[in-house]
Amino acid sequence: MKTILGRELPDYIDGYGEVTPFQGAFRDAGIKTRKAVKLTSVNPSDGKVLDNLEQVFDKLNIKDGMTISFHHHLRNGDHVLNMVVAGLANRGIKDLTVAASSIFPIHEPLVEYMENRVVTGLVANYISGPVAGAISKGKLKKPAIMQTHGGRARAIESGDLHIDVAFIAAPTADTYGNINGVYGHAACGTLGYAISDAEYADKTIAITDNLVPFPACPIQISQVLVDYVVQVESIGDPAGIVSGTTKITKDPVALIIAKRAAEVIKASGLVKDGVSFQTGAGGTSLAVAAELKDIMQREGVVGSFASGGVTGYLVEMLEEGLFKTLFDVQCFDLKAIDSYRNNETHQAMSASMYGNPHTKGAVVNCLDIMILGATEIDTEFNVNVTTGSSGLIMGGSGGHSDTAAGSKLSIVVTNLIKSRVPMIKDEITTMTTPGESIDVVVTERGMAVNPRRVDLIEKLRITNLPLVTIDELKTMAEKITGVPKAVQLLEKIVAVVEYRDGSVIDVVRQVMNTNVWG
Amino acid sequence: MKITKVAKAGTLESNDILIMVMPNESGKVELELESIVLQQFGDVIEQVILHKVKEMGVEGITIKAQDKGALDYTIGARAETAIKRAF
Amino acid sequence: MDKLRRSMLFMPGNNPGMLQDAAILGADSIILDLEDAVSLTEKDSARILVRDAIKTIDYSQVEVVVRVNPLDTEFGSQDVDVIARVKPDTLLIPKADEEEIKLVDNMLNKIEEEEGFFAGSIKIIALIETAIGLETVYDVIKASKRVVGVLLGGEDLTSDLGVKRTKEGEEIFYARNKVATACRALKVDSIDTPFTDTNDYEGLAKDTAKAKNLGLTGKSSINPRQIEIIHSVFAPTAAELKHALRVLDAMKEAEKEGKGVYSLDGKMIDAPVIKRATLTVEQGVKLGLIRDEGGAK
Repeated sequence: MKTILGRELPDYIDGYGEVTPFQGAFRDAGIKTRKAVKLTSVNPSDGKVLDNLEQVFDKLNIKDGMTISFHHHLRNGDHVLNMVVAGLANRGIKDLTVAASSIFPIHEPLVEYMENRVVTGLVANYISGPVAGAISKGKLKKPAIMQTHGGRARAIESGDLHIDVAFIAAPTADTYGNINGVYGHAACGTLGYAISDAEYADKTIAITDNLVPFPACPIQISQVLVDYVVQVESIGDPAGIVSGTTKITKDPVALIIAKRAAEVIKASGLVKDGVSFQTGAGGTSLAVAAELKDIMQREGVVGSFASGGVTGYLVEMLEEGLFKTLFDVQCFDLKAIDSYRNNETHQAMSASMYGNPHTKGAVVNCLDIMILGATEIDTEFNVNVTTGSSGLIMGGSGGHSDTAAGSKLSIVVTNLIKSRVPMIKDEITTMTTPGESIDVVVTERGMAVNPRRVDLIEKLRITNLPLVTIDELKTMAEKITGVPKAVQLLEKIVAVVEYRDGSVIDVVRQVMNTNVWG
Repeated sequence: MKITKVAKAGTLESNDILIMVMPNESGKVELELESIVLQQFGDVIEQVILHKVKEMGVEGITIKAQDKGALDYTIGARAETAIKRAF
Repeated sequence: MDKLRRSMLFMPGNNPGMLQDAAILGADSIILDLEDAVSLTEKDSARILVRDAIKTIDYSQVEVVVRVNPLDTEFGSQDVDVIARVKPDTLLIPKADEEEIKLVDNMLNKIEEEEGFFAGSIKIIALIETAIGLETVYDVIKASKRVVGVLLGGEDLTSDLGVKRTKEGEEIFYARNKVATACRALKVDSIDTPFTDTNDYEGLAKDTAKAKNLGLTGKSSINPRQIEIIHSVFAPTAAELKHALRVLDAMKEAEKEGKGVYSLDGKMIDAPVIKRATLTVEQGVKLGLIRDEGGAK
């Protein structure tokens, strides 16, 4: 069985099931249904606060083979996932599937639980650090399922991903289960990635280190969704949750790429009143925001919204009147958290509202310009952000595929060469986002427009920008680096990459047991 | 030609390679390579180093190289510097 | 002056990553530095690396200049001998005086002959950074036909003069004048000293404008982020271009009508004005601001 991109996939994957191969970004649109949720009603005399995690586990009756979920707003400062899995391991529970919106280096203890079969399944949109390495080496029993941010919300809401218990790390929770992320020691701002979990899990638990009297305000996740509340000593380390300040890169090559990308944006004609924009928090991406800001200021343009994970830089643009609104699924720094708490034009959005393709319209559909990263790109513009060039998992789509599909203009900004590795290849290790969603690739040595975008090519031709074909970019890179030998991988499938609609766009295979990642 | 002492050149920064050379008694050329791009470019890197050793007519040398994604020109230059320093 | 030298960017000679990217950072010239940017223990390493970089990397979009070590150190003549054989466009000679330029000129004559290069194909830029070099700058330029420009080194010069180097740069006012004048007289480029506060863009723009207004033709830089501002200062403005084009149009008109003397907007147009207008238009064409036949793009 082949995807429309030509990837050969098995019909059935052990530990995953039947495979529906990817057939195009919007091939699966149409009538959809949401699943019904089973819940236990709460009567006036019932309380929700439990004394400790052990009591929670007693109440929940967690069994072997269940799926437990987590959000990643506490990022690399998260204590909750490790705490819960360790507690369940102590009780002798086996065969858990951990459905976490993302996995970070701090979740290293999972590796041991994977090895001793406490955890045998993993579902996530982004995986980095030791857990990613362990999966790549085949240590997880079932293939990990790698989704997109919008795809995860879709899977939860449709019932494709059934969650038995959602453990919600809650920076602040009240005694009746209302949750917010803007107060408390581990404040993280918005809670966009936890919303579908809270709504659709059989049981939803608030784990907090800031238990306040009812009612907590503001309410980001409502009491009507929460079964129990438990207080622990610490849900997370603020140092790992947010960065103090967001800085624009000083790397001259990255700045050149950003400047070129901004010129593409300008030439596209999209920079006019009402424009909307999204970029990641990475150095180059943020530098594009800075360039765009200059253009908007010079031309007196007032945008409609900026969206995504929000940094202080976007907050400044909001406060300077360059955008009317921010749509914020996740705060990246303290400035973003402050802004979300105090400014009503700084709107929270759930992952579903952000990017779920099976809703009555996600925010990504309203997006004009999207700035994206890449670890590899093929000459059909298909992008890999899941694995590194040595085959090792080192990320995942996150919102990549969602925003690329939704936006009018998606631009990948990347160095043409990173430590001898050319970014553009005939064959990329893993397909994450299909080329049909990618419009332009901008590098420091030239830029290529997807031939599908004839309109854009016409607009860029009359500029001085260094326009080449993607094949020419590839040749340019290989002239400098030499042609890389293909990385040898084993047969075993260690991860299944799901497109946002739930079809399978690619699989990740086990790396050879050599020290290729230095 | 023989080298007489231990010497090194290069750094462990990105795009560079650290090459250490030392004399050995076997009279052979021994090379131990670590690289962040071993699978993609390991053969090429070894070739560049061995070619340089041959070009300089050196025998009885043990080479340890730690590569951080250096291009061929850097690999050759670092190897040459290390060997010259070891004469 | 066939090459534009609005900006000359110093790049450390022992850093492979920077050597790889040097050509794409936007500077007109790159200076691969074997002197101050390289520690004493790495001089040999940098020399070999820069040699191989020039052999391998595509630098066709920029002028490749190599700053060698001073000829009175143990490294200087080795640098010239090794680097000249891979044919960089230009050598930047530190602490330049007449004698040193002649010495390098002789070395290059010999190397060019041995390697079969065209005689005189490797150019020299004299780095004026001593009091004696400054006072004799006219003779330094005349010391070799290879000299295509002078780079003013403000830090070392002020140290030699025993005065404090400041951001305002009053202390190098005389030096800038002297270099600019000598270079104009001998029709070579004059490149200003770098502005060392890499985070002060406003200060950089002011400092660059100051140099331009004194007649210097370009500025060196120690950080790629400075290039764009330097270019914006040295680029003719739209108004300057428009005026220059009008001057030349008026000239053609006058020639047709056989007028010897003519005026534009009530001002007499004489030879210096025409010359400046010609230079401005030429630069505009080189920068792609206007088309060859004139007229805004």
